[in-house]
Amino acid sequence: MSALIENFDAIIAGFWSTIRLAAMSAVLSLLLGTLLVALRVSPVPVLRGMGTLYVTILRNTPLTLVLLFCALGISNTLQLNFDVEDPAFNGYWLAVLGLTAYTSTFVCETLRAGVNTVPMGQAEASRAIGLTFAQSMRMVILPQAFRAVIAPLGSVLIALIKNTTVVIVAGYAEAAFVMKDMLYESAGTVVMVFLGFAAGYMILTLPVGYLTGWLARRLAVRR
Amino acid sequence: MRRIVLALAALALGSTALTACGGDAGGSDSLVDKAKNDKKLTVGVKIDQPGLGVKKPDGTMEGFDVDVARYIAEKLGVPESGITWKETISANREPFIQQGQVDFVVATYSILDERKEKVTFAGPYIVAHQDIMVRSDESSVTKVEDLKDKLICQASGSNSYKRITDPAPDGQGIKAKLVPAGSYSECVAKLKGGTLDAVTTDDLILAGFAAQNPSDYKILGTPFTDEKYGVGMKKGDTASCEAVNDAIAEMYKDGTAAQLLKKWFGQTQGLQLPTEAPAFEGCA
Repeated sequence: MSALIENFDAIIAGFWSTIRLAAMSAVLSLLLGTLLVALRVSPVPVLRGMGTLYVTILRNTPLTLVLLFCALGISNTLQLNFDVEDPAFNGYWLAVLGLTAYTSTFVCETLRAGVNTVPMGQAEASRAIGLTFAQSMRMVILPQAFRAVIAPLGSVLIALIKNTTVVIVAGYAEAAFVMKDMLYESAGTVVMVFLGFAAGYMILTLPVGYLTGWLARRLAVRR
Repeated sequence: MRRIVLALAALALGSTALTACGGDAGGSDSLVDKAKNDKKLTVGVKIDQPGLGVKKPDGTMEGFDVDVARYIAEKLGVPESGITWKETISANREPFIQQGQVDFVVATYSILDERKEKVTFAGPYIVAHQDIMVRSDESSVTKVEDLKDKLICQASGSNSYKRITDPAPDGQGIKAKLVPAGSYSECVAKLKGGTLDAVTTDDLILAGFAAQNPSDYKILGTPFTDEKYGVGMKKGDTASCEAVNDAIAEMYKDGTAAQLLKKWFGQTQGLQLPTEAPAFEGCA
């Protein structure tokens, strides 16, 4: 217990880094995921193919490899960096890049399930009254699709928050990094440290689950 | 919610009970007795530390620490075939010794006062020094002070970077920029690629990595700490500790130590190797 209290500032700073990373990745994943689902249900075969290819590759690659590719491939070998002289900034954006590339595929597949809940007749009707594909997606299909999958999107967000624990391979230090530091210096008192950090992650994830569950009930599309 | 609290409480209780019985289990059998009677020992080593303790793909072990452990075991009367290797990571060395999961540990295990409260240390069998490794064509870093505003590696689960960035007396108070990385292997990959300028930790660990590509890296040879690597064993096992100390002294006297040091670290640019046994800490 004393290890947790002594290092309280470092733990809070670690979790703040986790929140910053998860929030930015969540927003960008939602945007990219929406774009991907538009590709996957679009009437143009080439676009559908591109969307499917991206989702298939990224969704089936372990996250650690995606992040390691960001750090050692993009940053270290190709020398494409956000700002190599500011490692905290550079690592943050490399981690966001990796997490977004990975999580957006899950957002896309979740949203695609939502699109499938919208009756086909609505898409046909919106095309019949002269809306373009983009307009029918924006005004008819996606609003209903989002409302149908709020709870599953919450699960994706929870998974994202927990997935931040491996971003150290992309060169960004967050709560799990602080935990490993503490374990190294703890000289054997590991259990309290583990429990403390598990509780910390639950403080972040439990409200997400409750909130999205509540929103899903309130905003469900009644048919 | 209540169920969650209950589950957490059960977990906490379980773990304290576990460590509690770990503490008083065994105890009667000292290391020397066990070696003499069973001709079998379980030894804790690192399995991912190049040059010190590595598990090869075929399952055999190699490295300086591994060879030291083999030598000690042999002096205690246990042949190579009687040794069971067990991985110990930095965070679980004390619990493994206390619970008797390993008989002794040779795993870049620095002798520290807070660790002495939990385990008994024989040795040190070698004194490593924190040092700095740079690319071999690097000319702007020649001493610790040059690390100001340079990119240095902050490896996960290691506190070596604090000896540079923390204010005195703990560290040097040098404002270097920290680049987080998952492990020292990643640090070395990033050093080679140029996303960081220097890696700093114990010179033997650095030498182990450098030995994989000796021409790419150099160690500055500006030691600024003493890390006394000891042999950890169950607290209070003084007789065994003395026996291990005798074995270590013997290892330096008969030339095995010099031979092993040359074998594992001889090629590294800039590393000074000791020639005689370090002063023992004492077993009491």
